Amino acid sequence: MHTTNAVNGANYLTYQGKYKGLLGWIFSTDHKRIGLLYLYSIATMFATGVLLGLAMKFELLAPGKTIMDAQTYNATFTVHGVIMIFMVVVPGLPAVFGNLMMPIMIGAKDVAFPKLNLLSWWLYIAGVVLVLCALLFGSGTPDTGWTFYAPYSFKTGTNLLPAVFGAFVLGFSSILTGLNFLVTIHRLRCPGMKWTKLPLFVWTLYGTAWIQLLATPVVGITLVLVALERVFGVGVFDPALGGDPVLYQHLFWIYSHPAVYIMILPAMGAISEIIPTFSQKHIFGYKAIIASTLAIAFVGYLVWGHHMFTAGMSGTAQYYFSLLTFIVAIPSAIKVFNWISTMYKGSINIQTPFYWAVSFIFVFMVGGLSGLVLGALATDIYVHDTAFVVAHFHYIVFGGTGFAFFAAMHYWFPKIFGRMYDKAWANIGWLVFFIGFLALYSPMFYLGMMGMPRRYYDYLEEFHGGNILSTLGSWVLVTGFIIIVVNLVRSARKGPPAEMNPWHSKTLEWTVTSPPPVLNFEKEPVLGEKDGPYNYD
Amino acid sequence: MYSSEITKASNFVQGVDTAFLVIMGISFLFLIGLTVVMLVFIFKYNKKKNPKATQIEGSTKLEIIWTVIPFLITMLMFYYGWAGWKPMQRAPKDAMEITAYGRMWNFSFEYENGRRTDTLFLPKDQPVKLNLVAMDVLHSLYIPAFRVKQDMVPGKKDNFMWFEPQKVGTYELFCAEYCGLQHSYMYTYVEVMEDSAFQSWITDTTSVAASVAEIESPAATGKRIMQNIGCFACHTLDGTKLVGPSFKGIWGEEQTVQTGREKRQVTVDEDYIRKSIYEPNADVVDGYNKGLMVSYEGQLSDDDINNIIEYLKTVK
Repeated sequence: MHTTNAVNGANYLTYQGKYKGLLGWIFSTDHKRIGLLYLYSIATMFATGVLLGLAMKFELLAPGKTIMDAQTYNATFTVHGVIMIFMVVVPGLPAVFGNLMMPIMIGAKDVAFPKLNLLSWWLYIAGVVLVLCALLFGSGTPDTGWTFYAPYSFKTGTNLLPAVFGAFVLGFSSILTGLNFLVTIHRLRCPGMKWTKLPLFVWTLYGTAWIQLLATPVVGITLVLVALERVFGVGVFDPALGGDPVLYQHLFWIYSHPAVYIMILPAMGAISEIIPTFSQKHIFGYKAIIASTLAIAFVGYLVWGHHMFTAGMSGTAQYYFSLLTFIVAIPSAIKVFNWISTMYKGSINIQTPFYWAVSFIFVFMVGGLSGLVLGALATDIYVHDTAFVVAHFHYIVFGGTGFAFFAAMHYWFPKIFGRMYDKAWANIGWLVFFIGFLALYSPMFYLGMMGMPRRYYDYLEEFHGGNILSTLGSWVLVTGFIIIVVNLVRSARKGPPAEMNPWHSKTLEWTVTSPPPVLNFEKEPVLGEKDGPYNYD
Repeated sequence: MYSSEITKASNFVQGVDTAFLVIMGISFLFLIGLTVVMLVFIFKYNKKKNPKATQIEGSTKLEIIWTVIPFLITMLMFYYGWAGWKPMQRAPKDAMEITAYGRMWNFSFEYENGRRTDTLFLPKDQPVKLNLVAMDVLHSLYIPAFRVKQDMVPGKKDNFMWFEPQKVGTYELFCAEYCGLQHSYMYTYVEVMEDSAFQSWITDTTSVAASVAEIESPAATGKRIMQNIGCFACHTLDGTKLVGPSFKGIWGEEQTVQTGREKRQVTVDEDYIRKSIYEPNADVVDGYNKGLMVSYEGQLSDDDINNIIEYLKTVK
């Protein structure tokens, strides 16, 4: 094809299409450029969220006022939550590494609908701008928490409607990405790439895409109901109008609980690529991991009520949700067993991505096992809405998704930028980050067990010790984060050129040059009988 | 607070703590076991020691084992969780009923004889049913020592929790559901007394809590009423600005208020105070936000308000 000739020798980072400079990026339909656009936008939002989190921890260093007043603190944890959930971890791995790597991993030139893919990024940016405007303008920053529970959210600021609209736009970006990936995975696999030869990261993106497609529209329904109430005064959620605040919680969690699986499934997928690569061994239980992915995607829809055990649902609903919550824990356990078994009799090459992956497994186990405490009725009644819950979901969402994100970043970095990072500094960064993480969130389990409620600006003296340790941990974690970012940013520009396949992996993205050519493959790859993503023999 | 010193503070402690013990015990076992196995593998099958990996694609037998065993274990955990929770669902018929009010940002309790308090006084070994009433937004009544928590949902009927205090002592009572500015200050205490002490307290109309009988000065009664319904969570007595204006020197003062869209001057007199309590959002003092205070119409009688006015006259 003559288009290939026009860009011969150039890779996706350097080629020049219709537009120059920045325009060549923000109007590019190349899945890899879009992936990087997501990486930079999500990294910016993440850094913002981290700063807000740091400020909150500083405030909690001592009882009473430390650096901010109660109103500022409440607004800070609200904005921290909204940014981290809707703008960082939900798009997170699928939007960044799904876009950057998935088409290459299945031997395709691009996603099925490249223009729709670009539109998804624009919608993401539009959603971010909308939500941030709703948060920052008008009658003061909302102080409702990221859950916007009625009726408090109706009594305070007037910006709920635009904020939910922004979440809806962000949701649309998510739906379109899901749709795009579904069609791509169904239709664009290269010859010989059977479903049973699909890399597990692609399988988890597939499961995620279904959740994105089916769960996200609930945000739209909620938006319509909020609008009906706010604009036309129909009592839906506000008891003052005859509505039911618990209905709001149901609708909120019907989306937001599956969203947790949108966050964690691709993280599990990335780990399922990294462990076999650095063990130089076939993944243990390939089909069991696929089955557990689909099981999580399916059962994950049916457990939202475990966020509401103290809200006054019927007893039947409560034990039904508790039972299903325990069932959804099993596929996650199966994955952990298979990952650890993959290391058995491997030839383990300990590199930065492997450190991240192993620490992922550890923090994910802590997060998952503490989830059992929250899934059981008697114990949840005690620790619900305490610091224990905050510790649990930071272990899963930050420890799980976040660690997997850094694992994936260090794993695919040489492919994405064609350069290698400084491995010694990368390992130091990991270690500092990991220690900081443990010190930051572990005391919260203890504080929750002592009975300290969450979203607390101030606390009684008996909770002081745990909070000091947690705040110190936040400083260590941020130090690690800075080391990691400086190392990666510097190496992306000045690092030594990377080989085509530095980790000796078997998936297709490692068969193309680093960075990949514009259309990924010189000629379409064909998988033979003996080829497979984990066939290391 | 969760502490071994106050085990058996209520009838639910044992069931809940057993569930904790079972779930956390098994969890720690798994966490430590799997971590150790993982570290052993990483050490033993390191590239230097084991240069060539042995390819193993999986084992159906193992997959079945590690699906079935965790399933059984989680069902066991579910059972203990269920067993500790089930008795919380239905209050015994002979339970003493107390209405618990939650509002931004304090709790108050009303006894069957009409006595209102802001500390929850309870007799030992007597089942207690708290009927939960949320006046404005969601709150959640949480007594860690008793292992109970229940959201207070505005407009919800049959919203209750019950328990039986089994040990004399003072326990913390928190609001666990985020409810705005002063959420972290919305806490009080539970005082569990011997039954005899409780009986003399509840029938004693002369001390501690506001009640119908008035044997003290109107100003003192007014102050007590205000403490019990939580005025001072938002309005200080020392001139400090919170979400509402301070009461210091308020009587007879000229105030600029926002009435609808227009600003006007008013003098703080009896009519103004009464209106501010019954229609708090009609005239909002300049510089403060509308919508934070709810009307106390129906909760405070004319007598109550007269007492409050007498008290406010004394705040200089």
